[in-house]
Amino acid sequence: MMSTLKMVRPAVTLFALLTLVTGVVYPLVVAGVAQAVMPGKANGSVLQHNGQIVGSSLIGQHFEGPGYFWSRPSATGPMPNNGLASSGSNLGPLNPALQDAVKGRIAALKTIQPGQYGAVPADLVTASASGLDPHISPAAALYQVHRVAQARGLPEEEVIARVRRHTDTPLLFGEPVVNVLELNLDLAAS
Amino acid sequence: MNSSIVFQTGLYLLILAALAWPLSRYLASLLDGSLAARHGWIGQVDRAVCRLLGTDAEEDMSWWRYAMALLLFHVAGTVFVYALQRLQGVLPLNPQQLGAISPDSSFNTAISFLTNTNWQGYAGESTMSNLTQMLALAVQNFVSAATGIAVVCALIRGFVRRKASGVGNAWLDLHRATTWLLLPLSIVLALALVSQGVIQNFKPNQTAQLTEAVVYQQPKTGADGQPLKDAKGNPVLETVKASTQTLPMGPVASQEAIKMLGTNGGGFFNANSAHPYENPTPLANFLQMLAIFLIPAALVFMFGRWVGDWRQGATIIAAMTLLFVAMVGVEYWAESHANPLLVQLGMDGHAGNLEGKETRFGLAASALFTVITTAASCGAVNTMHDSLMPLGGLVPMWLMKLGEVVFGGVGAGLYGMLIYAILAVFLSGLMIGRTPEYLGKKIDAFEMKMVAFAILATPMLVLGGTALSVMLDVGKAGMANPGAHGFSEVLYAFTSAANNNGSAFAGLSANTPYYNLMLAIAMWVGRFTVIVPVLAIAGRLASKPRLAVTAGTLPTHGPLFTALLIGTVVIVGALTYIPALALGPIVEHLQLFGEVAR
Amino acid sequence: MSHSKNLALFDRTLAVPALVEALRKLSPTAQWRNPVMFVVWVGSVLTTVLGVQASLGHGEAPAGLIWSISAWLWFTVLFANFAEALAEGRGKAQAAALRATRKNVVAKKLASPSRTAKVQVLDSASLRKDDLVLVEAGDIVPADGEVLDGVASVDESAITGESAPVIRESGGDFSALTGGTRVLSDWLVVRVTANPGEAFLDRMIAMVENAKRKKTPNEVALTILLVALTLTFLVVCASLLPFSIYSVAAAGAGAPVSITVLVALLVCLIPTTIGGLLSAIGVAGMSRMMQANVIATSGRAVEAAGDVDVLLLDKTGTITLGNRQAAAFIPAPGISEQQLADAAQLASLADETPEGRSIVVLAKQLFDLRSRPLHDAVFIPFTAQTRMSGVDIGGVAAAMAEEGDVAVDIKAATRQIRKGAASAIKQYVVAQGGVFSDAVTQSVDDAARRGSTPLVVAEGARVLGVVELKDIVKGGIKTRFAELRQMGIKTIMITGDNRLTAAAIAAEAGVDDFLAEARPEDKLALIREHQHAGRLVAMTGDGTNDAPALAQADVAVAMNSGTQAAKEAGNMVDLDSNPTKLIEIVEIGKQMLMTRGALTTFSVANDVAKYFAIIPAAFAVTYPQLKALDVMHLTSPATAILSAVIFNALIIMALIPLALKGVRYRALGAATLLRRNLLVYGVGGILVPFVGIKLIDMALGATGWLQGI
Repeated sequence: MMSTLKMVRPAVTLFALLTLVTGVVYPLVVAGVAQAVMPGKANGSVLQHNGQIVGSSLIGQHFEGPGYFWSRPSATGPMPNNGLASSGSNLGPLNPALQDAVKGRIAALKTIQPGQYGAVPADLVTASASGLDPHISPAAALYQVHRVAQARGLPEEEVIARVRRHTDTPLLFGEPVVNVLELNLDLAAS
Repeated sequence: MNSSIVFQTGLYLLILAALAWPLSRYLASLLDGSLAARHGWIGQVDRAVCRLLGTDAEEDMSWWRYAMALLLFHVAGTVFVYALQRLQGVLPLNPQQLGAISPDSSFNTAISFLTNTNWQGYAGESTMSNLTQMLALAVQNFVSAATGIAVVCALIRGFVRRKASGVGNAWLDLHRATTWLLLPLSIVLALALVSQGVIQNFKPNQTAQLTEAVVYQQPKTGADGQPLKDAKGNPVLETVKASTQTLPMGPVASQEAIKMLGTNGGGFFNANSAHPYENPTPLANFLQMLAIFLIPAALVFMFGRWVGDWRQGATIIAAMTLLFVAMVGVEYWAESHANPLLVQLGMDGHAGNLEGKETRFGLAASALFTVITTAASCGAVNTMHDSLMPLGGLVPMWLMKLGEVVFGGVGAGLYGMLIYAILAVFLSGLMIGRTPEYLGKKIDAFEMKMVAFAILATPMLVLGGTALSVMLDVGKAGMANPGAHGFSEVLYAFTSAANNNGSAFAGLSANTPYYNLMLAIAMWVGRFTVIVPVLAIAGRLASKPRLAVTAGTLPTHGPLFTALLIGTVVIVGALTYIPALALGPIVEHLQLFGEVAR
Repeated sequence: MSHSKNLALFDRTLAVPALVEALRKLSPTAQWRNPVMFVVWVGSVLTTVLGVQASLGHGEAPAGLIWSISAWLWFTVLFANFAEALAEGRGKAQAAALRATRKNVVAKKLASPSRTAKVQVLDSASLRKDDLVLVEAGDIVPADGEVLDGVASVDESAITGESAPVIRESGGDFSALTGGTRVLSDWLVVRVTANPGEAFLDRMIAMVENAKRKKTPNEVALTILLVALTLTFLVVCASLLPFSIYSVAAAGAGAPVSITVLVALLVCLIPTTIGGLLSAIGVAGMSRMMQANVIATSGRAVEAAGDVDVLLLDKTGTITLGNRQAAAFIPAPGISEQQLADAAQLASLADETPEGRSIVVLAKQLFDLRSRPLHDAVFIPFTAQTRMSGVDIGGVAAAMAEEGDVAVDIKAATRQIRKGAASAIKQYVVAQGGVFSDAVTQSVDDAARRGSTPLVVAEGARVLGVVELKDIVKGGIKTRFAELRQMGIKTIMITGDNRLTAAAIAAEAGVDDFLAEARPEDKLALIREHQHAGRLVAMTGDGTNDAPALAQADVAVAMNSGTQAAKEAGNMVDLDSNPTKLIEIVEIGKQMLMTRGALTTFSVANDVAKYFAIIPAAFAVTYPQLKALDVMHLTSPATAILSAVIFNALIIMALIPLALKGVRYRALGAATLLRRNLLVYGVGGILVPFVGIKLIDMALGATGWLQGI
């Protein structure tokens, strides 16, 4: 018992020491280097327009007008793409709520771009994991080109070119993706 | 091509091996003390730390003292993490002015981070102040991982030493693993992650002007803060227009790095590694996946080096890799088939199941991450597991149920696998007509008793906890999905907690006093009913002589033993959990595809 | 041999009492000893109660199903009991035979260690350790003991089966007496060395009688594993009730799984096959030892025998036939082979040692030299001083003259032939002015290099040549050693011979190593050295000077003919005193462990198929989709569950022969052996129940029994 009591001091001291090193020194060192070398990335890859923060190239925003490309559905509450409440839908594959949600999203798309047939790209009607997904697949973007072009009075080729410009094809891993906010900002600026 | 699962898995394993092999050399020299002997300044730091602690660096602790040291260290941590959460409202580095966390949630989180589980009942961005994230949570990410390394070191010493009384010095092992291994690796990884866009700052949250305002409905609250209800009892909704988006800020990268390297998995944000600020690019994702398996794999190689036969380590790695590849195959196969119910509604099914997945990772990297995080005891997610296809959800659940021995948690994976190896050796030793021995150490009744404890504890917790919860209203109340999937949610929660994983079928509302308490118990018991028996085995083995290898000795390397090890893991895992899985994901799968066929 | 009568496996004389005993073992106190079977027992009781309840109309399931399951659960317990009882019965039959030799006899207790001391006649059962007894011709030795005084011939056939009487005398290596043997001639004063009930036989008898049998270390470890598995499955099955209740509510269909089905599932899953047969395996192992006429003083020793890495074997009697035999005559230059043979034969005529006799025989075979009566010869016996023996022919007169103090020229009257070790003869010849030629030295060395013992024959100062005495390596021993090598066991030959000779014999016998010119302390050092390197060592010994080495060795087999000290130091006694037995002992030890491992693996592997039978059956009412898991396409849920239970019970019965006989041991490398056994008992264990359950289900379906349940 005595020998166990004698271990209290080293236990507490070691804990305090490691807390200091890993809880204070470590994050400060990383922050210091990061802020010095890559402040843009370290501070959230923020996009600015006329000195005003208009978003982050990493954080998706919600669009529902015909003239903007729509992002992936977001399950965050209470509003979609809530930066303070990242979350997926957590709906299981057999949950009727999932079928209702997808049914509603398909209907919304079919309403806003009538006459478009064929299966709807899956990423346009299923919620992302974070609720903040900034990307859609090129297929999902192309699915919306006709509508956006019409709403904006732009030739479809022009819109497709913009989509291509904002398409990232990763070097090694992952899928090609279109950054919706950057694409929409680009469209809005023109 | 570059998104193909085969390419990604192959490249992943290749790079993993290329990094883990040299790291194992460093680890071996670090943990057996030869590094400190070679580089005087490291030795000086070590000695200075010991002086500060008031202990003798040379003290060789018995297994019991070693266990007591770890326990005391954890008690200190529990108190500190609990207190910090309760007091965060009056402490600095709290730009969002977040208040104190509830006692049950604080307790659950303290146990969760301490036990390397990092189950999160809370949503990080709206609950934890920067101070709590750094000083309480990130610190535990380091030391809980160091604990795993310390325990596995003690166990390996048990195999290596002959007729010794001690298994090493717990203080020194904890310090060395943290300071000389986890810290430098974390700094490198954190900066690499920042380069990909992971944030690292101490700013208040930023506000962005939305390009297109968002109109949405939310329940109206009355003056008392309670949601208003109409005459029929339905909540009254109000329409709100939002023209800004809040961008969360904080020291994320530093926490993200150790979250992966220490197989902790506790995210800064609720969405964890699916959040773009935690895991912004496919490359960042790849680095995170590498970080999860890096130390577990290196420890296995180190085990081979330490026992003086690299083939022993390679055999275990081979068993792990085969199980891993098989599970990746099943996971990818399950997820690449879209939900047939949604395809019926007019959704394009070619892309597979994308509900709860991020576009930038795609199917392959999501499936791979899911398997890696549950094969290890990481529990970080880049995919919402609750929305996985039934068999896609079965794979992570089953990997955890195996005890997370496929690479596994830092240290925990190896000692878990060695427990299985002892079991395999016991049965196969008998089958060749010898009383069993592993690495020259006889396995007798005492070891089997400890192995039994270690292997029994988790099924009891998982099945017992689930059984209780599906009977109680407080348990059923948390389920977000109806039917068999609700059962799967609860089963997943206890599986994750008892095996110290931390991932979740996150629909389950687990931030309730009932679940906070039950899961905290599962996490604590699940962690220490393995660690203490493992240390006991270490102590007992260390005291035994090491027998010579003869032609009559069962070889514990090579394909035969690899197959045997896999067989033991799979059979034990399958036999214990088949009925529960049959009533969860398996029946879900049959329902989902049976229904469409009909 | 009286007690190793080979009984057929299910011999009526054993099976009938075993059946009775199986019923008697149904008592909970008997079941409690075996945790796995105790769970089955509790399940049987529980289902019986449920059956009664169902018959009264309040059943949770159809009474027919509950009663069928209950009946088969009772059978499961009975079968396991039967296996144990059968093994015990066999052991007891052997023990009874042994015990027959231990009937209480009259003992003559002496007041002091002298034949003439006062004698008190009492029952042998009241003898205590260190009592002194007198045993005379015709008496049965009343207890194990050590001879203090006297020489007697003793008939040990009751114990060893060897009919030739042996000589027992005080001191040296022939002083141990075993109780139950009979003194044929003369008398002995004996000190009793064991209390009643503690003699070797008593210990052995106790071990085959299960009740007194302590579990061996490995058996304890295995039991722990089995208990852990049982507890796991207990939790699995217990949790299924809440799971099922939830599922019924969630699916809105079916009814919760019945207790009966859960009990059936539990019994099918827990390792009943090995649990039921474990103690039978242990008893059968001991009983096999006894059949080999080896008495082990602990089960631990039998287990350790399976682990042995190094065997120390005495050359004489184990590797070679006990005696060296003359194999060739190698004459010195100028001497014919026949001359040498003739002289050697003459020198050996009176030599009654086996070596001596073999020289006579060889000379007769080669040159038809008949042994002839010599009236004028004086035989010179071997003494430790001269290290020679021989004959002086024509020296009778001389000898008589000497006796009569008449001086006679001895040299003129005699042929003096001597045979002996090279060094002794050299000394002898040189002392008489003769020459020990290089050619002879060469022959001596050559013979030694061949592993033979050279015996030099000289007549007077003249060396005639060399008789080559050869060790005869036992037939088949080389293959035996090759098998041992395959098993990973290293053999070391222990011999007092010089290195040259030892090396040659070692090569001929195929042992891995040898210890030449071995003294007892060398043996001890060798054992320690191997143990230090982490190897387990087995050895045999009989002499008192072997005792320290026997005590040090991990498996030490003392010869029954050996001294009491040797027997006390060893952990086994070979009643046949056959040193080769060590190899058999190792195999028996291995066999016992293998049988346990094989049945455990088989038992666990069986569970896979049982799940496929029971899970769909138990839950299909709630989730009809689970029928997809019914890969065996069983007739109905009721037959599926019952088939699994019946299979589970019958497999115990089917494996009793394997448990009693043991898995056949093959001398293969560890990896090959493991691969083979994994294939047979692991993969086989997965596949067999699929077939078995399907067949039973078809049979049940054909009878139409349980239809509509």
